[in-house]
Amino acid sequence: MRTLYFLLRKEFKQIFRNKALLPMIFIAPLIQLLILPLAADYEVKNINISIIDNDHSAYSRKLLKDITASGYFKAVGYGNSFQAAFRQIEQDQADLILEIPAGFEKNLVNEGAQSLFIAVNAINGSKATLGASYLRRVVEDFNAGIRLSWMPAGNDQQVGNDQQAVIETVSSNWYNPFLNYRFFMVPGILVTLVTMICVYMCALNIVKEKEIGTIEQINVTPVKKHLFILGKLIPFWIIGLFVFTVGLFGIGRLVYGIVPQGNLLLLYGFLSLYLVALLGIGLLISTYAETQQQAMSVAFFFMMIFMLMSGLFTSVDSMPAWAKFLANCNPVTHFIKVMRMVLLKGSGFADIQFPMLMMVGFAIFFNTWAILNYKKTV
Amino acid sequence: MKQFTSFVRKEFYHVFRDPKSLLILFGMPITLIVLFGFALTNEIKNARIVVCDYARDAASQQIISRLSVSNNFSIHQSIMSHEELESSFKSGNIQLAIVIPAHFNDDLLHLKHAQLQIIADASDPNTATTLTSYAQSVINSYQQELRSYHKSGLQIIPEIRMLYNPELKGATNFVPGVMALVLLLVCVLMTSVSIVREKELGTMELLLVSPFNPMMVIVAKAVPYFVLSLLNLALIVLLSVGLLGMPFQGSVLLLFAVSSLFIITALSLGLLISNSTSSQQTAMLISLMGMLIPTMMFTGFLFPLENMPVALQVIANAVPSKWYYSIVKSIMIKGLGFSAIWKETLILLGMTIFLLTISFKKFKTRLA
Amino acid sequence: MKNIVIKTDKLTKRFGDFIATNEISFEVYDGEIFGFLGANGAGKTTAMKMLCGLSTPSSGSATIAGFDVYKQTEQIKKNIGYMSQKFSLYEDLNVIENIEFYGGIYGLTRKQLAHKTGELITQLGLQTEAKKLVGSLPLGWKQKLAFSVAVLHEPKIVFLDEPTGGVDPITRRQFWDLIYAAADRGITIFVTTHYMDEAEYCNRISMMVDGVMKALDTPAQLKQQFNAGSMDEVFFELARGAKRKAD
Repeated sequence: MRTLYFLLRKEFKQIFRNKALLPMIFIAPLIQLLILPLAADYEVKNINISIIDNDHSAYSRKLLKDITASGYFKAVGYGNSFQAAFRQIEQDQADLILEIPAGFEKNLVNEGAQSLFIAVNAINGSKATLGASYLRRVVEDFNAGIRLSWMPAGNDQQVGNDQQAVIETVSSNWYNPFLNYRFFMVPGILVTLVTMICVYMCALNIVKEKEIGTIEQINVTPVKKHLFILGKLIPFWIIGLFVFTVGLFGIGRLVYGIVPQGNLLLLYGFLSLYLVALLGIGLLISTYAETQQQAMSVAFFFMMIFMLMSGLFTSVDSMPAWAKFLANCNPVTHFIKVMRMVLLKGSGFADIQFPMLMMVGFAIFFNTWAILNYKKTV
Repeated sequence: MKQFTSFVRKEFYHVFRDPKSLLILFGMPITLIVLFGFALTNEIKNARIVVCDYARDAASQQIISRLSVSNNFSIHQSIMSHEELESSFKSGNIQLAIVIPAHFNDDLLHLKHAQLQIIADASDPNTATTLTSYAQSVINSYQQELRSYHKSGLQIIPEIRMLYNPELKGATNFVPGVMALVLLLVCVLMTSVSIVREKELGTMELLLVSPFNPMMVIVAKAVPYFVLSLLNLALIVLLSVGLLGMPFQGSVLLLFAVSSLFIITALSLGLLISNSTSSQQTAMLISLMGMLIPTMMFTGFLFPLENMPVALQVIANAVPSKWYYSIVKSIMIKGLGFSAIWKETLILLGMTIFLLTISFKKFKTRLA
Repeated sequence: MKNIVIKTDKLTKRFGDFIATNEISFEVYDGEIFGFLGANGAGKTTAMKMLCGLSTPSSGSATIAGFDVYKQTEQIKKNIGYMSQKFSLYEDLNVIENIEFYGGIYGLTRKQLAHKTGELITQLGLQTEAKKLVGSLPLGWKQKLAFSVAVLHEPKIVFLDEPTGGVDPITRRQFWDLIYAAADRGITIFVTTHYMDEAEYCNRISMMVDGVMKALDTPAQLKQQFNAGSMDEVFFELARGAKRKAD
């Protein structure tokens, strides 16, 4: 349609002429995509442990060696004072404390049992659990070693060897054998960036015209409202696709070495749907806001929720049921899931049927609501 | 002084007469704290796993029952073949699989050595390593039980105490982080627009023509947001303690004092942005697109800062919320006093002075 | 035999209890310059918005260019032009781009567009400014441009809402030259203004006071009726008792 052509031409001219806007849409996201995945790494490593050794025996020294040899821990303190060690925890220099009581070796041999006291900074629950379980494992292996050393050589099969019952776990990591965190984060961050661009830009753009008054001028012309809306959505749809492509192939592949495993057509099909849904949200926000500031505040609010509840940073499965429900009402959650599935695992259409259906639902829901509202109020 | 008061009064009118923005200003932090306090956690719970049990004997049953009892796992299915395994992973339904080979119990009993396989979906490496660790823990403790059936003494008993957060609540780690994030972003967002809007509308000229010190204009703009942010903070603290059950070990006064400083830092940053841009749209985009993700990532509550490459750790130091997060944890959760946080406080003070100085410089040059 | 291009009958707009426009009935003839006067808050802009199809009347009827204001707003929009009080061209597009945009969405063909654009630029003397962003033009030129764009598609009627606000007297004179030229081409001009001297330029004027139409006649006849020497005095007489002041 001719009218649409003119509308689109105007939009693109305005966008590209806006010198302040362009870097925000194109450069800032790409820089963020470049840097942020480097920061995202949950692995629990280099746990700082402060050891209080009141025993100074062969056993305590062996334990210390085992701990540092395990590779999980870094000894940041070795002394006599509980106070000093505790202060290290307070200052976040140590993550846990191990206290070996006086007479540890002697009492273990003579009385058959001894306790070790461990205190863990549990503010970060997950880190604490893992740290504690690693330490426990080191202690258990150490314990087993001691028992073994007390076994008389070549002895009764039944008694002796049960001590050695070993279950060896062989772990394999599929789809990302080197446990590369970037593989995980890059798609997610890319999705987030594209989401922000589309929602913010779309909402702000329309509200700006409202504020300035050019919308009124358009309302007087014979341009039908749905055409006007299309004229607003299409440019950002295209920009969204473009930024995504540059992000995925430019940075994702060239810098991080992520090679898509699955069907790209499928991915882009989903992306297109996703963008429609997002733009619907942007449009919806623009119908309720009167000033750019309001639009911004509302958009910001939803972006925060979308991002933090999307499974990008924390897992959706760990949420309580009601939060999980909310997370599933969040289009970003689904796209991140699909991105990872198609990119990294090569999942096919059958696998992503459900999220795709949800996305169609979202797109229809948001856009219909937005358009109805637009016709009434703008 | 009287002039200043009239400026401040005008700014208050601006703020309170925009109920929609006000709603967001207050509603957002509250909603976020409650939402995230309950929903976000680093722990992995109820992870869907499958078990491929080729052995089907006493030992394997024991292991499976231990896994199902643990609240980290939720056994989705028992499957019987490797092909099913592949498709389960691909469909995204499961995150971990345990494969127990045939003759497991026999091997354990007679050979004293058995193997089992843990396969993790490492497209999410974090979940993969965590779940693998959890699974290994469960299997390990089973192994321990086997060994200790035949006690021969020499038992080392580790007594573990979890400090500060014995219930391992996710909120304890996240709420201070969300506090820092929200206060920073809301303050920056609001003030970054304030000056630019007047420039765009043209009312700024009026102010500049008046015999008032430009510094007064700037500071007056920040005052209502300062007051609102303190109110916000009070609400957030009340909610975290009352609703989320977060501990508050330290001094309330100290928290509010340092928070006031942080709020001023955030406001100063917003003012700087406002002074440096010529359109509302740009100011907003910088605050939103430019700051949202970096602030989230570099505050330190989502990802451990110590894992990041050194270059990024240095960048993180420039993010005010990073220092504030540390301060909040020290005061609220660890119950420490000023002696523990003086370094962070000094840094925030330095940042504030720096930001304000540049703001004023920039504002002045507009007049000339 | 004059054609009627705008006809209203008891046209009313209510906002809750407040009656902005109270049962106004009048006719505007084809090709005339119709001045729609009144104090601030008298209900002029509200009335105009109804006639443009921007706002739905609460009651009463109106036809614009033969089309019903309730059911045929799309047709109305095709046949009218509008210049709002708040300047409404795109400040970040240049002169040519604004002309081409509005021309395009009103359905002008490429050839027509090219022709019109050249014509307009020459007419307004904007040759050196053609590629400059509209935002950088002085106010007077913006207003003239906005008017020209409003009549680009040769509509039957053009609605002008206080088009000469804030503009110097020479530019105002030039603006009215443009208006006369458009009227000569057969475009009906429906203009609201505060400037009483501009009222003298109109064929007929109406005066709104507190939402009601208090007068409708030629300037000469009104002056005679009120024994006034100028339209200023006429206005004063009529609007003196007005209760609504603000806009």
